[in-house]
Amino acid sequence: MAGETLKEISASDLLTETLKLKNEGYRLVAISSTYKEEMELTYSFDLNYELVNLRLHIDTEAELDSISIIYPYSFLYENEIKELFGIKINGITPDYNNSLYKIPVKAPFGVQE
Amino acid sequence: MGNRTIVPFGPQHPVLPEPIHLDLVLEDETVVEAIPRIGYVHRGLEKLVEKRDFQQYTFVAERICGICSFMHGMGYCMSVESIMGAEIPERAKFLRTIWAEFSRLHSHLMWLGLLADAFGFESLFMQSWKLREQVLDVFEETTGGRVIFSVCDIGGVRKDINKETLHKILEVLDRMEKELKEIAAVFINDSTVKLRTRGVGKLSKQAAFDLGALGPMARASGIEMDMRTQGYAAYGKLDFKPIIDEEGDCYARTRVRIGEMFQAMDLIRQCIRLMPEGDIKVKVTGSPKGEYFTRLEQPRGEVLYYVKANGTKFLDRVRVRTPTFANVPALLETLKNCSLADVPILILTIDPCISCTER
Repeated sequence: MAGETLKEISASDLLTETLKLKNEGYRLVAISSTYKEEMELTYSFDLNYELVNLRLHIDTEAELDSISIIYPYSFLYENEIKELFGIKINGITPDYNNSLYKIPVKAPFGVQE
Repeated sequence: MGNRTIVPFGPQHPVLPEPIHLDLVLEDETVVEAIPRIGYVHRGLEKLVEKRDFQQYTFVAERICGICSFMHGMGYCMSVESIMGAEIPERAKFLRTIWAEFSRLHSHLMWLGLLADAFGFESLFMQSWKLREQVLDVFEETTGGRVIFSVCDIGGVRKDINKETLHKILEVLDRMEKELKEIAAVFINDSTVKLRTRGVGKLSKQAAFDLGALGPMARASGIEMDMRTQGYAAYGKLDFKPIIDEEGDCYARTRVRIGEMFQAMDLIRQCIRLMPEGDIKVKVTGSPKGEYFTRLEQPRGEVLYYVKANGTKFLDRVRVRTPTFANVPALLETLKNCSLADVPILILTIDPCISCTER
């Protein structure tokens, strides 16, 4: 199997790092989030089966820029993360405003006890 | 600009085997935008990892979807095995590959039947599903289950397939191949099928890449992307090349899936020929600590499994990014400017698995 790398970045570097990967020809594979006291977000990219993961940690109240301006199809991942984990992501295009999931629980429901 | 109307499509619709809702914004009979709403079969299976230990979660992972249930179990087990540094026996790798390819065969046959049903070709739908029954019979004979098998385990597999059964599988494949050729000829050559699929939902190679399309959806647009080429399980020892088409329409996606069915049969035959004797499982002790991303090729495309473990028997996180989820942006794009009558065919063209998507 091809390898995978993990790079820790700060939230402010997200767009710059993502743009760099986009220019090198990477495709976005997934955006994953883990909630454990703080939010851990992992943006996974692929080029020729090599997986590059950008990892950032943010406060639950922090705001993040959407990468949909660079990868338009990231909107679905970002809408899901916003709705499940309550991460404030600015500029998602299109932003479904917590109505992607039709569930009788108020969003964000992933972090509720 | 014509009159704009919003037509709700789903969650219950004759062509949808599972519920998904789309608000179709129409100008006369042309779709200008589609807004998705999901969640009707959301079960919170990723969250369940907090309540089930990492061994028990294998059974939960299998229940993400009833079509590629085996592959979900396999993806999860591969992630945990990578974290724990467990090398599974060669025979287990071949057995996993056989069940994975039968899952592909079963999934594509189901899709062919649903496609035929969507454009009203009922006898073709029945022939496809009749053939699929033979795959389910193989599952039942080798695993005991027709939908959920529970044969994949951390460290290998729970059940072996004996020589007589392997020989029987070869006979089933010969019989199925003959029948599949007859059905495939209708899908490829019949004028009514061509009328409903040719030139519909066209996606160029660049558009497929820009929209993050995966699996047969990407391969039908000329993108040579197939995680099996990376050699996980026994794929590294098998001879195959991804099935590619260039046209990027519904017809091309049908041809790719038909090609992959014949390829799946060939891969199973190769596995049976090359399968070594030996153990089917290694003992894996302790609890995992670390994290790993695993990717494998499901019938609908690349699936990503992310597992994060903290050294206890309860994992911190299991994340599954399924191929249908990744193909939704491509679906929404192909729906733009299509006729309302083509919407069911276009939704089916990505082979949507909603249970996978919502988890």
